[in-house]
Amino acid sequence: MAKKKVKVIKINADECNGCRACEAFCAAFHADPQYSSVNPARARIRVIHDPIRNVFLPVLAGPHTEVECMARDKYIIDGKEYNECAFCRATACPSREEFKDPDSGLPLKCDACETEPPLEEPICVKVCLVDALTYEEREEEAEEAEKLDELEVGLESLVDKYGMDKVMDTLARITISKKG
Amino acid sequence: MRYAETGYILEVDLSQGNIEKVPTDPKWAELFLGGLGTNVKILWDRVGPEVEPFSPDNLLIFSPGLLEGTSAIGANRTIISAGVSPQTSLMAFSMMGGFLGPELKHAGYDKVVIRGKSPDLVYLWINNDKVEIRDASHLRGKGALETAHLIREELNEPKAQVAAIGLAGENRVYFASVEHFRSSASRLGLGAIMGDKGLKAIAVRGTKDIYIAQPAKFFELCDEVLKYIEWREKNPIKGVPAILATIGAPQEMKLTDESWHTTSFAWGHARQRRKDFWNEEIEKKWTEIHEKAIKRLLSCYNCPVRCGAIIAYPALELPTYMMKCYTKLTYVMAAMADNLEFGYKIAGKAHDYGIDGFTAPQVMAFAIELYEAGILTDKDLPGFPSTNEERFFYLLEKIVRREGIGDVLANGVYWAARQIGRGAEEFDHNTTKKHEQMVIKLGMLNPIYFLMYGTGEKANITQIEGQIPQAPLPKEYREEFIKDWIQVPTRYAERFKQFILEWGDEGKVFPFWPPIDLVCELVEWQETMHYIDDSTGICAGLSSFPIKPPYHIHNLPLFISAATGLDIDEDTLWEIARRIRNFVRAYNVRRGLRRQDDYPPKDHWRKRFPEYEEKLLDSYYEFKGWNKEGIPTKKTLEKLGLDYVAEDLIKRGILKDEEVSSRETLAETEKK
Repeated sequence: MAKKKVKVIKINADECNGCRACEAFCAAFHADPQYSSVNPARARIRVIHDPIRNVFLPVLAGPHTEVECMARDKYIIDGKEYNECAFCRATACPSREEFKDPDSGLPLKCDACETEPPLEEPICVKVCLVDALTYEEREEEAEEAEKLDELEVGLESLVDKYGMDKVMDTLARITISKKG
Repeated sequence: MRYAETGYILEVDLSQGNIEKVPTDPKWAELFLGGLGTNVKILWDRVGPEVEPFSPDNLLIFSPGLLEGTSAIGANRTIISAGVSPQTSLMAFSMMGGFLGPELKHAGYDKVVIRGKSPDLVYLWINNDKVEIRDASHLRGKGALETAHLIREELNEPKAQVAAIGLAGENRVYFASVEHFRSSASRLGLGAIMGDKGLKAIAVRGTKDIYIAQPAKFFELCDEVLKYIEWREKNPIKGVPAILATIGAPQEMKLTDESWHTTSFAWGHARQRRKDFWNEEIEKKWTEIHEKAIKRLLSCYNCPVRCGAIIAYPALELPTYMMKCYTKLTYVMAAMADNLEFGYKIAGKAHDYGIDGFTAPQVMAFAIELYEAGILTDKDLPGFPSTNEERFFYLLEKIVRREGIGDVLANGVYWAARQIGRGAEEFDHNTTKKHEQMVIKLGMLNPIYFLMYGTGEKANITQIEGQIPQAPLPKEYREEFIKDWIQVPTRYAERFKQFILEWGDEGKVFPFWPPIDLVCELVEWQETMHYIDDSTGICAGLSSFPIKPPYHIHNLPLFISAATGLDIDEDTLWEIARRIRNFVRAYNVRRGLRRQDDYPPKDHWRKRFPEYEEKLLDSYYEFKGWNKEGIPTKKTLEKLGLDYVAEDLIKRGILKDEEVSSRETLAETEKK
């Protein structure tokens, strides 16, 4: 069984001091050339910052979406009301401005600061001295069986579409040409 | 391409409703950095000495510093300046932390310069290149924090940063503040100027880049500062009171031990120390209240140090608000109230009304003294309550509305005393330059603080002092202290270290020790670091204010150079700070500031030495290159490239062409 690395940025909202250093450094790190410009609006992490309601919530930019949800969510936890879709990590959602490049509108997604050589931890975690953000890495068994299933699903759909004989013929031809 | 700066100023004329984006001179950063430095340049050029505080020609400037919008840790101050303070008639300047400054830079502006007066109450909405003057009539009378909230809702822009005035500013209370987040620009009546201009608030949203000239180098510097902060927070200074041992503003939101402030500073109207106030019972009670009131510790933009806090608990019967530092105690001590809950309660109201938490309690305590002396009577104070706590709430409401006697008290102790007369002047004992000073009443004259209180123009000692312990270190800690004291400037390093080693030894005590030249150098260093911070926007809490801070004269030039691409070293930066300092002094001199204004309150110290004090002042003026009246000489100004300033002062007859300071005379003689 193969191993895969799972990266986790652990967010302890209770410790967040609302300074937004994570935003500033994230934007600088991803600038080209690196650190050549600073602009929190380009950050792939956002701190929802509403001191009067004691709401301090760092959110990491997640997967891309093209359509908004049918229903929006709004959380109240321990008497604190969070903004609509506050916990949502979707980038480029048409319902809001979050996680879009301010100039191009292109989605901004957290890449865990993967660089060569790799950082010990993502930049947002490194600059968060109050430990609202911490980093964990672990190895997980990768499910190879799943990949086989995928192949099976693909082949089956091809068989459905073209018939078993045609698929077999094609496979044989490819095999010969690869060897040839 | 401009680095670190945007290269533009936003000019807003509220009389005409005109808005312009004006490019700045690229030479300015090299000469004045930004923030206070470039503010004073603009004020010198555009606000003549004839301008009155409430004239449409008075300018109000909101300015981030040069390093704001970069990732420099703690570069987040907004330096607000006005040409004329209603209280002192000199330049008004104060600053605040938070998020507004960086947001302005990202919106594309190095400053916002406001002139004229709006006929109706308005607010300014700066959304990158789109700038609007918007109606604020529905916000009239609203609290400062509430205003910020309503504006964000109205604009549907939760990320907009807002600075606003409360009722006090609208009513031109001379000590009205500008409030933003947990911060206030409180000193010298900037809120009154804003109110006079009909400007309720400014709201800013910016999404533009700030460019860094040497990215890798700059990041390395930021990283070093972060590492130092982490180390320094774990290694408090040994041998000083807990509240002075850490970095940031005094950590009064985090720490509950208030022995130092409550026993060192004077209570009432800056009258008496209570050396035995802090005891176990008080500590227990206050700690309980403190822990109930504080919901979370807060930081300003891009800073890990948590100087502020969210204050909320049911006993206050107040909306949630934010606080930092010593405001926790100013009202408590001025009211002689031993009740911390009262402190949180009145400070919350005062924040929303937007008044200076330093001056307001003194004005209130002054009014109570006048009442008790029979100078103010029940006719002036109808229905005046019997307890000090209730009286403070009563006076707060009168002052912010300018109602009855409140209309007089709203002008501060100096002016109120003269308007009331009947001997009230005798009670004006704690002002310098017509402004309320720190509430200290101590024994022996402190020559270092004598010069800082006296000659400082910032009207706030916390914005002048810093870097050195306030009392001699216990002998066993001195060697260790100087071992890693990297912050001292090269030019004075050995002398300052020797000072720490000897201070407190037999015969090495105030007032006649340290020698005057060393006194001058210590004062210059402390003040210089503040002038640099006020121009870069770096928070004093990480730089000029605490002992052994992360920023100092050795790494600040590197930060500035890497951010801007300019080639600035320790000496150049020192020279720039000196230029800004002299420019501020010259500006105020043109408005009438003279030697007679450069004395601390008469009863700051019990033991005074009038002759020695004159000698201190003479020597400090000489050291600064100022004449006997405290005016920078032509030579001093010319050396700093401020020839046009010298010319103007000469043309006005304020400065004589051939006049030199005694130090210059000496140097000339030696040369011959």
